[in-house]
Amino acid sequence: MSDILVEDKTPTPAPVPRTPRLASRQLPKWAPLAIAAGAIAIAAAIGAGFGLDSKIQWGLIALVLFVLGSYVITARVEGRRQAKDRVATSLVWSSFILAVIPLYSLVQTTISNGSKVLDGTFLTHSMNNVLTIQPGGGIYHAIIGTVEQVAIATAIAAPLGILTAIYLVEYGKGALAKWVTFFVDVMTGIPSIVAGLFILSMWFVLLDKAPATGFAGSLALAILMMPIVVRSTEEMLKLVPNELREASLALGVPKWRTITKVVIPTALGGITTGVMLSIARIAGETAPIALLVFGSNVINNDPFKDPQASLPLYIYQQYGNGNEPSYDRAWAAALVLIAFVMILNLVARGIARWKAPKTGR
Amino acid sequence: MTTTAPPSAAPPRAAKTVTRPGDRIFAGMSRGSGIFLLVVMAAIAVFLTVRAVSAISKDHGNFLTTFEWNAGLNPPVFGIAVLAYGTIVSSVIAMLIAVPIAVGIALFITHYAPRRVGGVLAYVIDLLAAVPSIIYGLWGAIFLVPHMKGLNLWLDTYFGWTVIFDKQDPNSAARSLFTVGILLAIMILPIITNVSREVIRQMPKMHEEAALALGATRWEVIRLSVLPFARSGIISASMLGLGRALGETMAVATVLSASPQLSAHLLDPLGGTFSQNIVAKFGEADQFGRDALIASGLVLFFITLLVNGAARLIIARRKEYSGANA
Repeated sequence: MSDILVEDKTPTPAPVPRTPRLASRQLPKWAPLAIAAGAIAIAAAIGAGFGLDSKIQWGLIALVLFVLGSYVITARVEGRRQAKDRVATSLVWSSFILAVIPLYSLVQTTISNGSKVLDGTFLTHSMNNVLTIQPGGGIYHAIIGTVEQVAIATAIAAPLGILTAIYLVEYGKGALAKWVTFFVDVMTGIPSIVAGLFILSMWFVLLDKAPATGFAGSLALAILMMPIVVRSTEEMLKLVPNELREASLALGVPKWRTITKVVIPTALGGITTGVMLSIARIAGETAPIALLVFGSNVINNDPFKDPQASLPLYIYQQYGNGNEPSYDRAWAAALVLIAFVMILNLVARGIARWKAPKTGR
Repeated sequence: MTTTAPPSAAPPRAAKTVTRPGDRIFAGMSRGSGIFLLVVMAAIAVFLTVRAVSAISKDHGNFLTTFEWNAGLNPPVFGIAVLAYGTIVSSVIAMLIAVPIAVGIALFITHYAPRRVGGVLAYVIDLLAAVPSIIYGLWGAIFLVPHMKGLNLWLDTYFGWTVIFDKQDPNSAARSLFTVGILLAIMILPIITNVSREVIRQMPKMHEEAALALGATRWEVIRLSVLPFARSGIISASMLGLGRALGETMAVATVLSASPQLSAHLLDPLGGTFSQNIVAKFGEADQFGRDALIASGLVLFFITLLVNGAARLIIARRKEYSGANA
């Protein structure tokens, strides 16, 4: 465009007569690939030449060269604005790659280390009479502890959370609802260790002794779980079309029956998903369990009496033992925990997709 | 999450309807559980304060400025100076690393990746947010710490003059606040990414199309229309991430080798954080020692309360998405 204008108006200063072009010059499509290849080659040369043994350094040099190279080349061919665009693109891509590397490494390390001792015996035996420096033992007691504690926490938090969400969506107006909404949001951010300390101090104040039962742990987990359930249920209830409520109320159905028979069944899939996701969240909590349940090496089926074990706490304790067999057990337990959490997540999201509330029209 | 109008739940005129006992009970129950939630929040503050006050009153050091944590001594001497410093420094490092990368990923998902890839990636990030912190801790302690050695030496050699990156004993393990910061950054990436992504996605398509029609490049579209629109959302997403980083326990407890020293040398294995100190000292603490730890937990509670409350107030302007499920 500017080229045309320039040629129209000014006869004198154009040193080189240029043919008018509508499209500005562009780099060919393969240019980024070529620049990348060049950058990697030069980086490898530099790395080998200066004897840098860390491959991460090679990668970083290549990255810097790539960004610089594409900026300079694009700036010369396409102009500075396009060059900035290229740089932004490569920065966005590299931030994505930077994030993927540690996350991939996390999953890969857990799977490769965890599969070493993970077998049927590991799943069905406790640590009773196993010295920490020996190989052997298992996580049966920890699985029982986690399942019981999480089950109790869910039994407490899910109904309270769902009812609170019903209050916020169906009844809530005015100051109280605003305060509840705000504090639900704030509550999602409470550090798990603070929830643990709260239950601990409650035990001290009310019962004048230290807790050390699975039940105390599940109370702390319930505190962490409740706001998550409230938020997800709230969002699901909001998706239920208002016409359904109006139709039911117009037929003379009492409000509470409208809620229990029309609104909740419509949103049930989403509510289930929310509860399962929150279970996945609290199943991995370690800090409150460490303060309240203490952990144990033997099977204890009673969450109301004596210390229990728990999967995340087991990982922490095995890590704390600081020897190879314990590390192996910790990784194997980590693999079981991660598998449990991931399966719960996938199933929950599957239910969400399958039972998504029909949003009408 | 992304539907049209928020329903105004109650019918317009409920005044003349007959209230049945079932209605009253159900409404009472749901209102009651809402109130219960507020009571729990209040109870947390009250119970922690009761125990904390009794502990602090017997503290022979200054609770705010004392470095060491010796609640078991007679007389007990403990303070939160080192813990507050370590908590803030490690969280700040985490934020400096995580926020730009998280915004980059959010932009990648919404604007750069092919639609299919973006969807899958968003899903993967969701899953990663669910990885328990103890597993990050285990990975950090056994995998990350040895692998930080090269980076630490490099920083020490070329940036040692900044004091911050001066490693006093080059052979010490990388169980430092710096490593903790990096690990925390990895842990809070998913939440910051998710919330920023949701905010960016709410941006009216028209703005972008207008910018594109004026001939803006993709980066100019982002800089001139996306980022200004999403700024408050990104800020509050970062603060939610900060809240997580401040309270994170297990990842710090496994990685950091704590000592009661307040030092600007971030690569040295020194310092501590609130939650790490609580877990580490809890096992050997007697009744009084636990009260002292509760006192430090109270401080942590108020810090996270402030950070989260502020983040929520900022994000409250965009009611659609709260980030609670992120």
